Amino acid sequence: MSDIGWSGLAISLLLVGVAIIISVARKLGLEWSIAWASGRALVQLLLVGVALDLLLEPGRPLAWSFLWVAGMIVFAAFTVHRRAREIPNLLPLALAAFASSAIVTLGVLFGLDVFGLDARTLIPLAGLMIGNSMTATVVVARRVYEELRDKRAEVEARLALGQPAPDAARPYVRSALRTALIPQIETTKAVGLVFLPGAMTGLILAGVEPIDAVQVQAAVMYLVLGSVATTTSVVALGVQRRLFTRDHRLVRMPRPAS
Amino acid sequence: MHVDGPHGPLVRDVTVAVPDVGVTAVIGPSGAGKSTLLRTCNRLEAPTAGTVHYRGDDVAGLDPLRLRRRVGMVFQQPTPFPGTVLENLQVAEPGLGEDEALAALARARLDAGFLHRPAFELSGGEAQRVCLARTLVTGPDVLLMDEPTSSLDPHQRGALEQLARDLAGDGIPVVWVTHDLPQMRRIADTVVVMIDGRVAHAGAACDVDTGAPAEVARFLGGEATGAGRDE
Repeated sequence: MSDIGWSGLAISLLLVGVAIIISVARKLGLEWSIAWASGRALVQLLLVGVALDLLLEPGRPLAWSFLWVAGMIVFAAFTVHRRAREIPNLLPLALAAFASSAIVTLGVLFGLDVFGLDARTLIPLAGLMIGNSMTATVVVARRVYEELRDKRAEVEARLALGQPAPDAARPYVRSALRTALIPQIETTKAVGLVFLPGAMTGLILAGVEPIDAVQVQAAVMYLVLGSVATTTSVVALGVQRRLFTRDHRLVRMPRPAS
Repeated sequence: MHVDGPHGPLVRDVTVAVPDVGVTAVIGPSGAGKSTLLRTCNRLEAPTAGTVHYRGDDVAGLDPLRLRRRVGMVFQQPTPFPGTVLENLQVAEPGLGEDEALAALARARLDAGFLHRPAFELSGGEAQRVCLARTLVTGPDVLLMDEPTSSLDPHQRGALEQLARDLAGDGIPVVWVTHDLPQMRRIADTVVVMIDGRVAHAGAACDVDTGAPAEVARFLGGEATGAGRDE
């Protein structure tokens, strides 16, 4: 088992020093950003570590872990909302997407006993699922919005032929979903060949047999793929519904000032 | 009927009747509310206040999807969809056979050679006629045409105008939005002049020069200097 201790952590900070020296030498002007990012990450991780220590104490009710997961979902939904402000009422939609994805993916992993349900498995798996779905969720929300705004003439031509709004929007929603999902599929394909993913690396560093680490990593990858597919589908359909009226009209969507 | 836009009224307290026969031209300067007025007829736009009636029925009470198949629309820019011309027509009527598709093309003066051509490879005029054929596939009672020739050359423009006249002659009334005064004179039986969101004049095309109020006469007077022609 690898335990680097505080001294090991302090030595690893030398590598941050290397990054800062490069920034100074190449006049990148990023020294403060690098120092701030590294310090902030350390503080955040320490806070999370302390909180996890409390949650993982023997005898602590599992309800606290579920509360932690709920907090992650709310934070992720706010992040998505903040990164795609142009889309009306995205916050409740993102909340619903992350919650339904958590129910589906964690339900499969714990319901079918792939992992035993306790705080030590629930929190990291929920974190992986939610964290990896956030970018794809923002991408799909913005893409659906931009596709329907930029292809307004085509969409309205379809509506004018008597197509219901979901049919008229389908080609554009499909294109947005493909854009959001393909990077995740590519990452899944390249895993092991190009890079060793985080969970597996962490387990091997912590002394777990590589083949055991691989099994966990594969399950985690499928979790992420499933959760990205679920959140993007919920958000894509939700955004689409918000952009049409009940009588199948496309709402006005202002273009950003260029 | 009144329509508000994001930056103020687009159509202001308009009351107008469009006859159920021939070609009605809705004409006026850019930003006069012509397209908005047209789009309320197939409910792509809903009035903020007031009602729109189609053959006696308030369109707000009709199923919008059925209404749009009865009141067909051709847009300012051709809007071909990905795929062949046949696949474009099948968007309007899934399962449409080749014979029916050829009949629709023929009504838009397109020969059988177009059927399997990719829609994105057509010229502007050809694409616009495919869009017209696609609309005709739904079997509309009425056609709305929103400046359909604005991106076409004079030859194609003339062909589409003649098509609209022929369709009106065959019993499909056409409401044609334009800001091109000579075009209005070529195609219209009835004229609705819109200025600044209001209907400034409505009547028979032959009376437009004598029966219209002063602001309409000023707008029509721009014809002599070339104002009001297609850009």
